[in-house]
Amino acid sequence: MTSKVIRYKMTEKTKNSVENGSVDPIEMEKFRAMANEWWDPEGKFKPLHKINPLRVEYIRNNVSQHFNLDKNSLLPFSGLKVLDIGCGGGLLCEPMARLGATVTGIDVLSENIEIAKIHSEETSLSITYRKASIEELVSENKEFDIILNMEVVEHVVNIEDFLDNCANTVSQNGLLFFSTLNRTPKSFLLAIIGAEYILRWLPRGTHDWKKFIKPSEITNILLKAEIEVRDLTGVTFNPLNGLWSANTSDLEVNYMGYGKKFNT
Amino acid sequence: MLNNSLDKNMESAEVCIVGGGLIGLTLALALSSTGLEVAIVERVDLQDTISSEFDGRATAISNGSAQVIKGIGLWNLVSDQLSPINDIRVSDKNSLFFLHYDHTEVGNEPLGYIIENRLLRLSLLKKIKEQNRISLLAPAKITEINKSPNKVQLKLADGRKIKSQLLLACDGKNSSLRESTGIPVTSWNYNQSSIVFSVFHEISHDNLAHELFLPGGPFAILPMVDLNGRHRSAVVWTDSKSLIPSLLALKEEEFISELYKRFGDFLGKLEIVGSKWTYPLSLLHAQRYIDHRFALVGDAAHSIHPIAGQGLNMGIRDIAALSEVIVDARRLGADIGLSETLSAYERWRRFDNLVLAVVTDTINKLFSNDIPPVRTARRFGLGTINEVAPLRRALMRHAMGTMGELPRLIRGESL
Ligand SMILES: Cc1cc2nc3c(=O)[nH]c(=O)nc-3n(C[C@H](O)[C@H](O)[C@H](O)COP(=O)(O)OP(=O)(O)OC[C@H]3O[C@@H](n4cnc5c(N)ncnc54)[C@H](O)[C@@H]3O)c2cc1C
Repeated sequence: MTSKVIRYKMTEKTKNSVENGSVDPIEMEKFRAMANEWWDPEGKFKPLHKINPLRVEYIRNNVSQHFNLDKNSLLPFSGLKVLDIGCGGGLLCEPMARLGATVTGIDVLSENIEIAKIHSEETSLSITYRKASIEELVSENKEFDIILNMEVVEHVVNIEDFLDNCANTVSQNGLLFFSTLNRTPKSFLLAIIGAEYILRWLPRGTHDWKKFIKPSEITNILLKAEIEVRDLTGVTFNPLNGLWSANTSDLEVNYMGYGKKFNT
Repeated sequence: MLNNSLDKNMESAEVCIVGGGLIGLTLALALSSTGLEVAIVERVDLQDTISSEFDGRATAISNGSAQVIKGIGLWNLVSDQLSPINDIRVSDKNSLFFLHYDHTEVGNEPLGYIIENRLLRLSLLKKIKEQNRISLLAPAKITEINKSPNKVQLKLADGRKIKSQLLLACDGKNSSLRESTGIPVTSWNYNQSSIVFSVFHEISHDNLAHELFLPGGPFAILPMVDLNGRHRSAVVWTDSKSLIPSLLALKEEEFISELYKRFGDFLGKLEIVGSKWTYPLSLLHAQRYIDHRFALVGDAAHSIHPIAGQGLNMGIRDIAALSEVIVDARRLGADIGLSETLSAYERWRRFDNLVLAVVTDTINKLFSNDIPPVRTARRFGLGTINEVAPLRRALMRHAMGTMGELPRLIRGESL
């Protein structure tokens, strides 16, 4: 691991992001090694491909309800601006764009941005991909109706600063979605030994258990950032059939949620 | 959102259907009803396919299929052309009506409907012309198919190109797309052909369908709607292949007297309406239904013996299942051509179709002969079925197309 960190060269921009608290260089190096595999549904990111429909469904249903849209139409998100933070290879950006949203995907790894761009050209989807951090978007006064933070918060250096920056880019009446891992004895066992290793959910070492976040913690941090959490839903994995499902009563390991920006 | 292409000859659609037969047209309507953009490529001029000389068949539509017809908004266009089937009487040479299905046993709906293929096609085309999300390219000859990881592109002889995410082969039993994709089939010929035509008759059919098992093959009488105030039925006369040319060579009176021998006189005097068509019969089942951004639908995937009037109904169930998995994926913003979506379709349909192919094949083998022990066995068998009401109801529901885990369209829900 140490040798990888030494080999990793920081660019000016990422250096800035690191200093401002959003990107942990060790975390970045780990993802860089995986970037090429983003789009292989049977590859290393298979679990992400598997869990993706569940996330999109959660986002689609709650966004449709909040903005009063027809979730069964093919372009329910027409006119909505979506920001996907830590977009990776574009696994979430592409569905959002197909649902009609105007999508911006940001990632601090230029390799991910390149992969995402190449792929969206092949699928004929117009998506703005930028190698940028949330701080940069804040400084540009950018605003979005929907912000997606899927599997991001447990990787950032300073979650308070990070979510505060996110909240600053959510428009009036806009929503912020997140998914992350709870810090419980069960998640310690499952996510580190079980889910990450045995179930090969993500390559071992991707997550650092101490950085996992309890639902109450994220709710409080978001509250300080003027975002009121509206829902928290557990995401459970059934090792027998390999399927993920939403489970409102089990937030012990994976969970997702969303909040609405305060009216000012 | 799809980018507009700069190439003037390039059309893009989310789904490209090859084959504008009953299945291709119905599938296009089902998909476009959800908002998807569809292109249909058909090799013949579709105007020719609605002439009265093109297809003389009348098809038995199950209740499940009728739900799909409602679901795609076609019901109003076809309802007065549908002739309900209230009862099906099955018999063989020696025993009249040894098996009899009565619709009051499974609720008050009819068991199904008879519709002329030509009229169904006419309504489908009319509805398609009203749809701006369907582009119909016909007549058109495909010269090249290019599949890449994220799309499929067709080239036509006139220089046009069609780019899509998913290619659906509805090009019938002799599907050239299936062949060029290298999908193997299980198939054999029945040494039988069906002569198809319709007759006027004096006495009303009372919406009863009849199927007689004769040694040469099944002989079906299907109730049609009256024409110009005259009672009418469709006949599907299946006989051994070698006999067909001599039957067709008969003079009209001789043919009619052969017809009476089979049909009987219970509907009074018979008169043949228009032409006769002949269809050679064979069984064909594709060993897989899917490939990279590609799926087989309808007869391209399976063609069976018409003994149970199920061929089109199977294809309509394919349509209901496939359009459901496609739209569900699309509503989650997914790429609709991914193998996971297509596998769900294959899992849903292939086994069911295989069962029907085997069942129809077995029934035909059991009945299309004159061997006494077999005759006894089958009468015993069907007699038993008649005795056991739950089993009969189950068989009947299958014939009506309402068994198993059903797609939303078949259940009468919207996509
Ligand atoms: C005698 C008989 C009686 C039947 N009775 C019944 C019944 O009562 N009930 C029932 O459910 N079913 C019945 N069937 C079965 C039913 O008719 C078929 O299952 C149904 O017509 C199949 O429709 P399809 O659209 O899949 O194929 P087809 O009708 O064969 O259509 C294929 C289309 O694709 C086009 N095409 C082919 N190749 C290409 C190409 N390379 N490029 C572009 N276009 C192409 C063709 O021109 C055609 O328009 C019967 C069949 C027979 C033979």
